[in-house]
Amino acid sequence: MSFIPNTPEDRARMLAAIGVPSVADLFTDVPAEHRFPSLDLPAPAAEQDALRELDALAARNTECAHAPCFLGAGAYHHFIPSVVDFVLSRSEFSTAYTPYQPEISQGTLQAIFEYQSMIARLTGMEVSNASHYDGATAAAEAVVMALNVAQRQRRRVVLSAGVHPQYRAVVRTYLQGMGLDLCGDETDRSLEDLGGLCDDSTACVVVQSPDFFGRIVPPDSLARLAQSVHACGALLVVAANPVPLGVLVPPGEAGADVVVGEGQGLGIAPSFGGPYLGYFAFRRENVRKSSGRIAGETVDRAGTRGYVFTLSTREQHIRREKATSNICTNQSLLALGAAVYMTCLGPRGLRRVAELCWHKAHYAAARIASIPGYAVEECEFFHEFAMKCPVPVDVANKRLHERFGIIGGYNLAADYPDRKNTMLVCCTEMNSRAEIDFFTDALKEVGRA
Amino acid sequence: MEYRVDEKVRYAKTHEWVRIEGAEAVIGISDHAQDKLSDVVFVELPAVGATLVAGNSCMVIESVKAAEEVFAPVTGIVTGRNEKLDKNPELVNKDPFGEGWLLRVKLSKPAEAEGLMDPGAYRKFMETV
Amino acid sequence: MPEPLIFEKSRPGREGATVPACDVPETAIPPALCRSRLDLPELAEGDIVRHYVRLSHMNYSVDTGLYPLGSCTMKYNPKVNEVAARMAGFSQLHPLQDPATVQGALELLHRLQGMIGEIGGFEAVSLQPSAGAHGELTGILVMRAYHLSRGEPQRTRILVPDSAHGTNPATTSMAGLEVIEIPSDSRGNVDLIELRAHLDDRVAGLMLTNPNTLGLFDEHLLEVTRLVHDAGGLVYGDGANFNALLGVAKPGQMGIDIMHFNLHKTFSTPHGGGGPGSGAVGASAELAEFLPGPVVARVEEAGNARYEWRVPLQSIGRMKSFHGNFGVLVRAYTYIRMLGPEGLRAVAENAVLNANYLQARLKDVYPIPHGDRTCMHEFVAQGSFSAAPGIRALDVSKRLIDLGFHPPTNYFPLIVHEALMIEPTETESIETLDSFVQAMRTIAREAVESPELLRDAPHSSPVKRLDEVKAAKELKVTAGET
Repeated sequence: MSFIPNTPEDRARMLAAIGVPSVADLFTDVPAEHRFPSLDLPAPAAEQDALRELDALAARNTECAHAPCFLGAGAYHHFIPSVVDFVLSRSEFSTAYTPYQPEISQGTLQAIFEYQSMIARLTGMEVSNASHYDGATAAAEAVVMALNVAQRQRRRVVLSAGVHPQYRAVVRTYLQGMGLDLCGDETDRSLEDLGGLCDDSTACVVVQSPDFFGRIVPPDSLARLAQSVHACGALLVVAANPVPLGVLVPPGEAGADVVVGEGQGLGIAPSFGGPYLGYFAFRRENVRKSSGRIAGETVDRAGTRGYVFTLSTREQHIRREKATSNICTNQSLLALGAAVYMTCLGPRGLRRVAELCWHKAHYAAARIASIPGYAVEECEFFHEFAMKCPVPVDVANKRLHERFGIIGGYNLAADYPDRKNTMLVCCTEMNSRAEIDFFTDALKEVGRA
Repeated sequence: MEYRVDEKVRYAKTHEWVRIEGAEAVIGISDHAQDKLSDVVFVELPAVGATLVAGNSCMVIESVKAAEEVFAPVTGIVTGRNEKLDKNPELVNKDPFGEGWLLRVKLSKPAEAEGLMDPGAYRKFMETV
Repeated sequence: MPEPLIFEKSRPGREGATVPACDVPETAIPPALCRSRLDLPELAEGDIVRHYVRLSHMNYSVDTGLYPLGSCTMKYNPKVNEVAARMAGFSQLHPLQDPATVQGALELLHRLQGMIGEIGGFEAVSLQPSAGAHGELTGILVMRAYHLSRGEPQRTRILVPDSAHGTNPATTSMAGLEVIEIPSDSRGNVDLIELRAHLDDRVAGLMLTNPNTLGLFDEHLLEVTRLVHDAGGLVYGDGANFNALLGVAKPGQMGIDIMHFNLHKTFSTPHGGGGPGSGAVGASAELAEFLPGPVVARVEEAGNARYEWRVPLQSIGRMKSFHGNFGVLVRAYTYIRMLGPEGLRAVAENAVLNANYLQARLKDVYPIPHGDRTCMHEFVAQGSFSAAPGIRALDVSKRLIDLGFHPPTNYFPLIVHEALMIEPTETESIETLDSFVQAMRTIAREAVESPELLRDAPHSSPVKRLDEVKAAKELKVTAGET
C-alpha cells in the first residue's frame, strides 16, 4: 500500500498490544450506519500511471515557458535562478513544520528572520512579518490592522480604484461582518481626491503603486497623500509589486505606514495563481497590532544567538478570540524562496531586472503607438500599460493565441466596464526583443476587423 | 504554593490589589496573578486622564505565553502610571506590591474599596481558586 | 555551529545570479522616481548555497524522523507530488489565462473538487482557501450569509467547544461574530446539557472538530448535529483531524454542513516550515451557492466537456486572489489518485491503529486522561509525574529532542494540564513507534532519577533552550536593528 509500512504481521502485533481483535474494532464510536462508506473514486494508480495521467493534463495547457506571455495584472512571468528551487527542494525546509520547537528549527527561523529583514529594506519599512497567503489577503490584514490601531473606533476605509480589483474584493469579503464604510473606488480618483475622503472617522487609505493600470505614483505625490492621511489620524496602506522596488523609491520612504503586496515576482513561478506570497511590512510602533508570525532574535542558555517566533500573544494559539488575526499556516516556504531570490539577485541584480522590465515595456509601447488602430494611454508606467485596441480584447487574445501562440494581456473591461477594448500589456525581462517584435507584428494582424 | 499577601491593600476577585492613600489609590496585580502570567514582557498602561470603571478591563499585561486583562478594582481617573515598566516590565514579577505597581488613581467612589476583600479574605479566596 | 546571518556574509561587489544585457533601446528612468540605495546581501552563488544548506542542517523534518505533532498529521510527503507540481504545464500557467488555454488545469481542479466532495460527503467544494484557518473564515462567513439570506440577522453566536484550536475563536471574531464556549464532558465529548442550554435562535452554528483535539470521536455526534439543526443552526466541521476518517466516515452524511480540509495534513502536501497549505472547503447542497468564487464548472457541449470558471450565485465573495494554492492542489490530487479508495481507507485504519498502539504502550508510565477510550489518530498524555513534581511537559519535550525525536504538541488542548498531544500517522513503521515508546519510557525514568537531564534539555540540538522572554522584551525582528 502506498506509503504505509504496516504489514499484516505488524498489525497483528499492534492489535495484540492494544487488546482488540481487529482494526474495525477501533472504529466502534463511528455510527454504524455511516461506517466504512464506499468511495466512488478511481482505483489506485501506480506512480508511473499517475504521472502519465498528470502529464496528459499538463500537456493540454499553454504555458509561459513555451509561449510568449504579455499577461501581468498581479502575477508575473520572471526568471527564477536555479538556486531557488534547489533550496526549496531540500526536504529539511519543505517537510518541516511551523517552528514550535525553535531549538530544532533554526534553519526555518533564521531564514524567516533574514526574509523579514530583506522585505523591510526593500520596502523602506522598519518591520515585516513572516508572510500572509497572498497580496490580496495581506491587504485585507493591513486594513484590519489599521482598524485595530484605531481601537475599532473608526468605521471608514478609503480604497483607490487603482488597487488590484481582486485585492479590493478580498478586503470586502474579510470585512463583510463589520458594518464598515468602504468607499473611494467607485471611480478612478486622483490621490488628492482620495485624501479628501479621509476624515477623522477613517482608519486607513489604501493605494497601489504601480497601480493596477501600471501607473507609477510619484514619491512626492505619495508623500503629500501621507501627510493628509496622517493629519486625519489615519494610516496610509500602500500595495506595491516588489519587483519595481528594485529601482523605484520604496513606499516606506514616502510616508507609508503599511506596505503590502504580492511576492510572487520574487522567485515564484506563476503556478496558476498559487501558492504565492503575501508580504506585509509596517512601522515598529504598530507591531503589537500586527498579524502573522514574526521571527525575532534572542540567545540560548549558552549565550549563543538564535531565533524564535515572538510576540505570540497577538496570535490565535494564545489570544484566541482576541487575536489580531486567525492566521496559523502561512506561506513560509515561499518566503524562503523569495529570500533566496533576493540574495541571488542582490541589489544590483534586482535593479537590473527592474530596469529590463522598464525598458522592454517602453520599447513595446513605442512600437505599439505606431500601429494604426492601437493607442497606449499616456502616463508614467513601469512595466505594464493600458493599450486601446481596435477590437474587443477577448477577440484579440483569441486570435493572438490561435494564430500566433501568444498569451495576450489582461482585459480591463472585465473589472472596469468603462475601459472597453483596453488591454493591460505587461513586459518583463523574459520577453526578448524578438518576442516583443513578434507580438507587436501580431497585433497588426489581429486588429483587423 | 505559598503566595505573598500584602497586608496594606485590599483585593479584587480578579487578583488586582488597591492601596488607598486618602482620595487616591495605587493599583497593581497580586503575587498569585504575576506567577500565573510568568515572565511579564509588556505592560500597556492607559494614559493619565483615562477613566477606569470598576470591573471593566483597563489594560492587558503580556507575558511570553499569555495576555491577561487587568480589571479596574475601583472607579476613578488615572493620575499616574508606572513609567519604569516600559523598560523593566519584570518589576511586576519581582515586586508586584511595590516597584511593580501599575497605576495611581483619583477615586470617584471612595467607598468602593470596602467592597473588596481584606488580606485574610483574599487568602481564603485563593484556597478556593 | 551557529550560522552567521546572510547579511554578515555579504561583501560589496559580489554577485550571485546573472542578468542578461538589455536587447532593446533603453528609455531613461526619471531620477526622481529612483531609490538611492538598496541594502540587500551580495554573495557569490556558491556561498549562497552553502548558507542555505547549512541552515537546512539545523532543521528537524519529517524526512529526518518521527514528528508526532498532534493535529498536524506529519505524514510522509511523497516525492511524486513534487514531480507533478513542477511540471511546466502546471507551474508555468498564468492564473488569468483564457480558460480555453488551460483546460488541463481546470479539469484537474474539477476532478479534485469532486474527489474531496466524494471523500467528505459534500455536494460542492471550493479549492480557494489557502489554509485551515482561511477555510474556517470561509465557512463562518458562509454560515452568516446563509442566515442573513433567510432573514435571520440575529444569529450572531458561534458555539465553540473548549477543546477547540485557537483558530476557531479567532476566526469567529474576525467574522464579527460572538464566541460562546461549550465545555466537554467527563468522557471528552461535547457536553450535551451545556449544548442544549446554549442553543437558541441567536446561534448561527457550532464549530466542531471531530475527532476532537483529545483524539476522540464524539460518542453523540449525530445527536449533537441534530440538536444544532433543530435550533436552526448550522454545523461547521474543522477537518484538521480528518486523517482518522478517510474512507471510514463522511462528515457530510453525519450532519456537518460545511467543512474545511487541511490538504497539507490529511492529503500529504508538505508543511513547508509553516506553509503553503490549502484549506479546501466542502459544503452541503444548501450552502453550495454561498461558497467563495470562482469554482470550476464542467459544461457539456456537443458531446465534449469544457471547463470554465463560475461564481456561485450567492457567493460570500473572494477569499484570496486568483484560484487557491494550485501547486498544493496538484500534490493533493496526485496523492488521492495514487491511493484510490482502498489506499485512503488504509491511511485512516493505520493512523488510528498506530495511535492506539502508542497509547497502549505508554499508558502505564504517562497519565492519559481518556486512555480508557479508544482514541482515533491521536491521543493526549500528560507530561507530569507524581514522583517528579518539578517536571513539566515542556521538560519532557525538550528531552525528547536529545533522544532524536521531534516533541509532540505541547500545552494543547488547553483543557488538559501539561498536555502532550501525540499523533504518529500511518506512515511510521512499528520499529519507529517502538523506539519512540522506548524514548518516552526512558524520559519517565529520568524524570525521577535525574530530572536535571530534562530541565537542562535539549543538549544535543544546534542551540540550547532559547530565551523567549528576551525575544519579546528586547524585540529584534529585523537584522541591523539596534
